[in-house]
Amino acid sequence: MGIQKENLTLKIKKEWCKGCGICVAFCPKNVLALKDEKIEIVDPEKCIKCGLCELRCPDYAIFLGGNEDEEK
Amino acid sequence: MKKSNVKLMQGNEACVEGAIAAGMRFYAGYPITPSTEIAEVSAQKLPRIGGKFIQMEDEIAGIAAAIGASLAGLKSMTATSGPGFSLKQENIGYAALAEIPIVIVDVQRGGPSTGLPTAPSQGDIMQAKWGTHGDHPVIALSPSSVKETFDLTIRCFNLAEKYRTPVFLMLDEVVGHMREKIEIPDASEIEVIDRLKPAPGDKNYLPYKVEEGQIVPPMAAYGDGFRFHVTGLMHDESGFPSNSSEVAHHLMTRLMKKVEDHLDDIITYEENNIEDAEIVLLSYGGTARSAKSAMKKAREKGLKVGLFRPITIWPFPEKRVKEIAKNVKAIIVAEMNYGQLVLEVERVVKGATEVYHVGKINGEVITPDEILSKVEEVK
Amino acid sequence: MSSQLVKQYYRGNKLPHIWCPGCGHGILMRAVTQAIHNLGLDKDKVCVVSGIGCSSRAPGYMDFNTLHTTHGRALAFATGVKMARPELEVIVVTGDGDAAAIGGNHLIHAARRNINITTIVFNNNIYGMTGGQYSPTTPTGDLGTTAPYGNIDKSFDIAALAAAAGATYTARGTAYHVQQLIKLVENAIQNKGFSLVEAISICPTYYGRKNKKGSVVDMMHWLKDHAVDVKAAQKLPPEKLEGKFLIGEFKNVTEPEYTEEYQKIIDRFQKER
Repeated sequence: MGIQKENLTLKIKKEWCKGCGICVAFCPKNVLALKDEKIEIVDPEKCIKCGLCELRCPDYAIFLGGNEDEEK
Repeated sequence: MKKSNVKLMQGNEACVEGAIAAGMRFYAGYPITPSTEIAEVSAQKLPRIGGKFIQMEDEIAGIAAAIGASLAGLKSMTATSGPGFSLKQENIGYAALAEIPIVIVDVQRGGPSTGLPTAPSQGDIMQAKWGTHGDHPVIALSPSSVKETFDLTIRCFNLAEKYRTPVFLMLDEVVGHMREKIEIPDASEIEVIDRLKPAPGDKNYLPYKVEEGQIVPPMAAYGDGFRFHVTGLMHDESGFPSNSSEVAHHLMTRLMKKVEDHLDDIITYEENNIEDAEIVLLSYGGTARSAKSAMKKAREKGLKVGLFRPITIWPFPEKRVKEIAKNVKAIIVAEMNYGQLVLEVERVVKGATEVYHVGKINGEVITPDEILSKVEEVK
Repeated sequence: MSSQLVKQYYRGNKLPHIWCPGCGHGILMRAVTQAIHNLGLDKDKVCVVSGIGCSSRAPGYMDFNTLHTTHGRALAFATGVKMARPELEVIVVTGDGDAAAIGGNHLIHAARRNINITTIVFNNNIYGMTGGQYSPTTPTGDLGTTAPYGNIDKSFDIAALAAAAGATYTARGTAYHVQQLIKLVENAIQNKGFSLVEAISICPTYYGRKNKKGSVVDMMHWLKDHAVDVKAAQKLPPEKLEGKFLIGEFKNVTEPEYTEEYQKIIDRFQKER
């Protein structure tokens, strides 16, 4: 969305996560895991910001965002 | 010299003339006897004035496209006959619930099923009221002449726009195909009502919120910048679906009341010799012409017979018929069916007078003499 | 907190959506929205129309001019909208039952007219909203609540159906191959004429469970393993394509568009004046 990729980090909106596990299964770097049926970032350093988790999350619960997207 | 605007035309043609005078700029339909001329004349005239015509793949698509065009801001109409009227019923309910103004013309023919495609009938009167499922407001008008077809088509559009609801023009094959001379009035003499719109750029616009002094919510058009949602599900003032029984009750009550609370504006009828009448003929559409003739013949014989002709069929002119029933020996309902509007008359008079029926279901019109012989029988 | 895309194009207070865990429809809806964003369309000039079913709940979440119609009739309503206001970008979101069963007639005729409407079919091979009955795209032999002994119907190829009926753009994508799907939807919207993208979804709750297709992830893997790009398929021997299905762009041609042709008739009379 016109923002440089370097400034983006993985963000999670837990309350929207339905625990389907798609993001976990198809993350090319195994950055994610399910804990208590909710998504969790377990290895943030490995994230290559490919955005596939965001594209395939049916519930818009995980995405690459900037600081402005943090919960206020 | 003023150009004469007197023309000889069919009821179906007059319907299109009236629709265009009322502002119709979109027509979608499917060919069906005896309504086809309405589509043909619309196809010919609309593009000439910048309007649009489309022949859809079926009856259901005809009304669906008309609803879509209305939501995009154009006054829209579709026309059909019995079998097609049946097919349109689901989307009639959609237009009623989503409050989308459209005009649906039903040129009634003999039924059920394919029945008698080229013969007249008034067999869809109850379908107009009860055809779609669920409770819903209904406005249906029925003209008796070519000129009245012109006038009532305009009125259908005006009522649809004013009350944001589908409105039926219940023609019958007699009036639809009859040719009469009519004078088309100048545009300046025609009252045209347009839907209420939200103020441009109104940031607080809620598509189903009725403000103080409004009968219905203002209606935005797609593309005007409001980005609203329309659904056939029960919805709140925002237009979004709701499962709440409170929301459903509020919406349904408002829909029913917007018509119920304005009966004096919606209901019209014609009366002849009611003042001293002992027997009143109640008839509408093409059959009312025979009834009028029967009344004259009866009067010539010294029988005190009057005629009550509902022009608005639904909502039924209940209050007036109730009053009349108190002062007469009998009401004879003449209609080309096995007994439909007569049921409403019986319901309304509640035994205050005798109610008789003259019906016909063989595709022939009811003659004045058939009505007259009923008068002789019950006098 | 939600993504810029969600903030910009969704009605935030309507989310999370009603779809089941792992339902592919959320992925597909996002892909459609991403394509709209990538093309830079004016939100006020986009109209999203749907029928009835799981797929058809999408417009309620999307912040455009939106119309949730009756079962099967989305394309007929959309035709009225498009005719009345050709400047609107009209997008129909529909399902396999909505588009190919009850709405099949509207689909073939909208395609035949080549009216500039983009149709995205969320194909989950089942009637989900009513609890798992077989649809026109349920594979032969599969189970549904109304096919307890196996479906004996043959299934429709919706993209081929639309192409045969006259659509000028047809394509197929999946909920797994999202990047490609976004591009296909972009191309479909840009085509001036009737476009159809069949977007293969997954329904883990009804179709998947009934047919023992495994978990949500298993079903996504199935899409990954069984979809073959149409271009790659041309170079493959037939035995390599057995049990597979094609994705990619199938048809992209230019033909006269319906609302423009109608406008020509109107213009003819304007000139005469």
